Amino acid sequence: MNEQYQLNKELAQMLKGGVIMDVTTPEQAEIAQAAGACAVMALERIPADIRAAGGVSRMSDPAMIRSIQEAVTIPVMAKCRIGHFAEAQILEAIEIDYIDESEVLSPADDVYHVDKTKFRVPFVCGAKDLGEALRRIAEGASMIRTKGEPGTGDIVQAVRHMRKMNSQIRHIVSLSGDELYEEAKQLQVPYELVKQVHESGRLPVVNFAAGGVATPADAALMMQLGAEGVFVGSGIFKSGDPKKRASAIVQAVTNYQDAKLLAELSSGLGEAMVGINEQEIAVLMAERGK
Amino acid sequence: MRIGVLAVQGAFAEHIAALKRLGADAFEIRQLQDISQDFDGLVLPGGESTVMNKLLHDLGLFQPLKAKIEAGLPVLGTCAGMILLAKSVEGGIPCFGTLDMTVKRNAYGRQLGSFVCKEQFAGQEITMRFIRAPYVESVENSTEILAEHGGKIIAVRQGNQLATAFHPELTEDTAVYDLFFKSLAKS
Repeated sequence: MNEQYQLNKELAQMLKGGVIMDVTTPEQAEIAQAAGACAVMALERIPADIRAAGGVSRMSDPAMIRSIQEAVTIPVMAKCRIGHFAEAQILEAIEIDYIDESEVLSPADDVYHVDKTKFRVPFVCGAKDLGEALRRIAEGASMIRTKGEPGTGDIVQAVRHMRKMNSQIRHIVSLSGDELYEEAKQLQVPYELVKQVHESGRLPVVNFAAGGVATPADAALMMQLGAEGVFVGSGIFKSGDPKKRASAIVQAVTNYQDAKLLAELSSGLGEAMVGINEQEIAVLMAERGK
Repeated sequence: MRIGVLAVQGAFAEHIAALKRLGADAFEIRQLQDISQDFDGLVLPGGESTVMNKLLHDLGLFQPLKAKIEAGLPVLGTCAGMILLAKSVEGGIPCFGTLDMTVKRNAYGRQLGSFVCKEQFAGQEITMRFIRAPYVESVENSTEILAEHGGKIIAVRQGNQLATAFHPELTEDTAVYDLFFKSLAKS
């Protein structure tokens, strides 16, 4: 295996048990770092505002991303549009730590994703199920996240994706060796990756929860369902007291099984982001890129 | 041999798996009640040192663990764990500050600067994986240099404290753990 790809998967391992927070300014990035974020996602508008504004949403201004890289010492991630390899090249040129090929932005290609094997910089991609996850890994993603509906503050889709992925993994583990070929065909993924899942009982890369996490309880729920860490987008800086909420979510991810501590962490956090139910949404971003 | 692995964030599961492969009994330290039991050694894993530093304080683990390290509890710090032990941190805030050295955070730059190399460690050549790694700028007092790469210090020891800028938990080479186990046997 390519050495850089292995190092990129290992960077994701170092992020485990942590919270990656969306930030739009160097000031927010500093707040996120001080609150215990293990990385930040630099973007011009958080998903809730992208959703509200409508229109085409693109990669952020590299100058803005650079200003965030200068403000913090933790890893900085940024998003490119699905299939927009030129945006990805630009992000690699400014030495971003991780690229999120993200459905939150408007897709640039409705057939192909970025060939991530052509890059040295690592990629994280969203997935609703195991087939999607393994296709992204085959294309070179070194980290996966659920594709919970961004900017809604509604956890239901992330839960759905995590449960589905885990149930599919359990199914593959239960298969006999000769059944894996057909399973690979059904999932539309390379046989080698199915075999790897069959043998290890897990995804070949780190898997985070993303989309709709708004409270410490949401974070604990996703960790108990098997997420290895959590992305929080709009949930923090769309809430009443971002500093306090961010710090509470960080602690909730570490001690996700301690209900007494979670009760304390959930107390007096002020207003959570308002949120939208999935029935009320016009654009389902998770349907972008499969 | 019972070893507590700081498990507030980062690659603690990898250390626990490696320790178990080598026959040690390892457990996670996520909160104060986890360290009420007896244990013979402590591992501070890789991850983000800023996150671990904050959570150590928030969870009330900082003072009791610092006291144990000062009292001679054998400790192994890798990457972020090395930063937590350092007395002085360039580009960061010291945490335990028990090991007499100055470390430089993100010393090799961003992720594109991450690399693998082979170097001598305790008399044998081992594979070393560096991920957004620190290195040691300088050492003081009784701190002993155990390994260097490209003229930079990447592994040190002082008393029962052992620290590496690289990740022994991600390779098959056991030299770092072997040395750590020796300090456990002595204390």
